[in-house]
Amino acid sequence: MGAVHEDHNHHRSRVALRVKAVESLLVEKGLVDPAAIDKLVDLYENKIGPRNGARVVAKAWADPEYRKRLLKDGTAAIRELGYSGVQGEEMVVLENTPTVHNMVVCTLCSCYPWPTLGLPPNWYKAAPYRSRAVIDPRGVLAEFGVTLPDGKEIRVWDANAELRYLVLPERPEGTEGMSEEALAELVTRDSMIGVGFAKTP
Amino acid sequence: MNSIADMGGMHGLGPIRVEENEPVFHAEWERRMFGMFILAFAGGHFNVDMFRYGMEQMPPAEYLGSDYYEHWLHSLTMWIAANGSVTEEEILARMKEIEEREAA
Repeated sequence: MGAVHEDHNHHRSRVALRVKAVESLLVEKGLVDPAAIDKLVDLYENKIGPRNGARVVAKAWADPEYRKRLLKDGTAAIRELGYSGVQGEEMVVLENTPTVHNMVVCTLCSCYPWPTLGLPPNWYKAAPYRSRAVIDPRGVLAEFGVTLPDGKEIRVWDANAELRYLVLPERPEGTEGMSEEALAELVTRDSMIGVGFAKTP
Repeated sequence: MNSIADMGGMHGLGPIRVEENEPVFHAEWERRMFGMFILAFAGGHFNVDMFRYGMEQMPPAEYLGSDYYEHWLHSLTMWIAANGSVTEEEILARMKEIEEREAA
């Protein structure tokens, strides 16, 4: 095991070195501005993430008219809150109900709605989830600690380069009268991918 | 295209590994790779379909055995070599330079 681990660390450091070399060449040739990389990293590390999607969900829970707009034209309704752009150009919102549970995968790669959820977690991009979500969704959900009633229909949606999905989770019980801000705190990233539920207060 | 990337429905690829409180990036090179992808895309070196095609050109065993952003690195270097911006020889030479400088 020790040798395997060392090999892997060696491989990682070669990859890091290669990335450094590529960046240095692209900068030297005027093709990439390192300060622009810093800005992009900061944006996706600190500003764009699942809190955006949580605000969309909370608004849909609190405002029936917004919910209608969101389910009819996800792209436009999400844009109302300012969350549009790269890797979220076309959005479809999938409504979880007492009889239907939706979950999202990208079997071919890692397509994910960046403006509402940020960058995807590693498990979403890795082979086990991508391969199995479409043939054994209940088994996959069990690995996330999620069990659905036997009669509940599961719909699995395979995202692609042009179209991205956001799950609208069911509103938890006991949240009547809560403000949108408080509701947003209950919305987890996993609930918007469909591998979890919203938290209960 | 029927490549290793088309993995929907495959068996035997193991359990899902969820990392609690996962950071957005796991290493500095991932940050740099992410930023370079966006800038090279914005600079017209490839479009999204070309980029995915580039990842699908990885040998299957390498694809399965590598980290996510290594797929991106593979595609980025394939396209900047294809359009003549940066050659593989330049990358290898620069790696050697950096390595020697950092060892000094």
